[in-house]
Amino acid sequence: MTTPPTTVLSVKGLAKVYGAGEQAVRAIDDVSFEVAEGEYVSIVGPSGAGKTTLLKCLSGLLPITSGTAEFLGDPIAGPPEGLALVFQDYSRSLAPWMSVYRNVELPLKARRLPKAERRDRVSEALESVGLGDRGHQYPWQMSGGMQQRVAIARGLASHPRLLLMDEPMASVDAQTRADLEDLVLSVRNRFHVTLLLVTHDIDESVYMGDRVVVLSDRPTRVREIIPVDLEGPHDQITTKSDPRFLELRNRVYAAVRGGNQQPEGAGALGR
Amino acid sequence: MKIVSRVLHALLVPVLLVALWWALSAHSTSPFFPPLKDIMEAFRANWLFARVGSDVVPSLVRMLEGYALALVVGIGVGLPLGLVRGLRDAVEPAVEYLRALPVVALIPLFIVATGIGDLTKVLVIALGAVWPILLNTEDGAGSVEPELRSMALAYRLTPWQRIWHVVLPSALPQIFAGARTALAISFIVMVISEMLAATNGIGYFVLQSQSSFAITDMWSGIILLGILGYLFNLLFLAVQHRVLKWHAGYRASEEMGTR
Repeated sequence: MTTPPTTVLSVKGLAKVYGAGEQAVRAIDDVSFEVAEGEYVSIVGPSGAGKTTLLKCLSGLLPITSGTAEFLGDPIAGPPEGLALVFQDYSRSLAPWMSVYRNVELPLKARRLPKAERRDRVSEALESVGLGDRGHQYPWQMSGGMQQRVAIARGLASHPRLLLMDEPMASVDAQTRADLEDLVLSVRNRFHVTLLLVTHDIDESVYMGDRVVVLSDRPTRVREIIPVDLEGPHDQITTKSDPRFLELRNRVYAAVRGGNQQPEGAGALGR
Repeated sequence: MKIVSRVLHALLVPVLLVALWWALSAHSTSPFFPPLKDIMEAFRANWLFARVGSDVVPSLVRMLEGYALALVVGIGVGLPLGLVRGLRDAVEPAVEYLRALPVVALIPLFIVATGIGDLTKVLVIALGAVWPILLNTEDGAGSVEPELRSMALAYRLTPWQRIWHVVLPSALPQIFAGARTALAISFIVMVISEMLAATNGIGYFVLQSQSSFAITDMWSGIILLGILGYLFNLLFLAVQHRVLKWHAGYRASEEMGTR
């Protein structure tokens, strides 16, 4: 173990082609960006922009076709240690036969942590998402927002070096969504989180990220990387009505639409 | 109170049927349909508990051994078949053929190969019962939620952990469905195999009674078999209810659309 590098994730010229020959589909054309330790980076792009494909490549679930993707300096060949994933569809990624506690504990068993430490970590993670007393319940006994908090707790309990989130707030109502956003911001210091958040919601990308990586339609390229310079702790009302926030969201919006280069891309953004 | 009324409710039709049988057969002189009263006396004489050790226990042991073997082989083979697509494609035609073969037709072959001892019966029972377990396990293991599979891979669960914590529990509702069918098959094949090749057991007793014109004894054996089959099913459902408690709740919540 060497001293932790400051770059957690480094992606250079990543391309992903499905299939071969005539039927080959170029899902991702050319994507490059970096995530530094402790940083929150949002990836935003229109629906069908290959965001989920990108995330699967970065989590080692799909092999990349060309380019490089390095996690803590090592090329990603399979799911690397120190990475946690939160899926969009919490109801499918939580095991219905396990209690909330066991769901959160499962990745820790894979790491062969002793029982006492597993218990401490699960309690800490559940408590930090406000579900400290719900460990005995089954996920399906909970609301959608609570289930997604369980999935987030599962990610946090493994003390990941990088947390990947794939549209984690896409299938809950607006109020729950705002709560989840603030929750993910609130655990930042306590768990030393480095976050890569994939979303199609422009407001969310600005609210959550220190930087926003804007992707194009398929075949996916990086349109622009926009730094977010919003001061101080975020608040759903004051931050989202801050003139600087509005300026940034407009800039991201323009980048997502592709400006003048690809006017046909306009309107492709949607839920 | 509620339970009492439910039990009474469930007993109503059976009690009526037995009463009807009792009344209709009371003055029967037909040698094949003796009075139920005589059958009940034979039942007490045979099964409470004179022949329990000599016939009932051997039957149940054979059946449970065959059933256990079917469970082990069915789950053990069904899991890899469900998990490895290439394997499934290669083996499926053979499985379909073997499954279509009536296992009872193989009993003469087994008798030649392994004699008329317990081994033959256990093997025949297992061979008859294995298919629903195997096919349901294969199906269940092959249809694990893709998001859960990704989760298990992303969090670096070992292959054994994936099977034990993800694949097996996910397939369990289907395995139980297959195991329930298999239990009924085990029971039937046990009786048939004892009629064809045995020196004791309930099936043997029923056939022997018939061929020695002990018709009331034959009837008492048939009634015992009915009771045992019913109890097996009841026991199975109790185990299933315990093990798959989560599944009932999960299904109910899905139907309500809680998300």
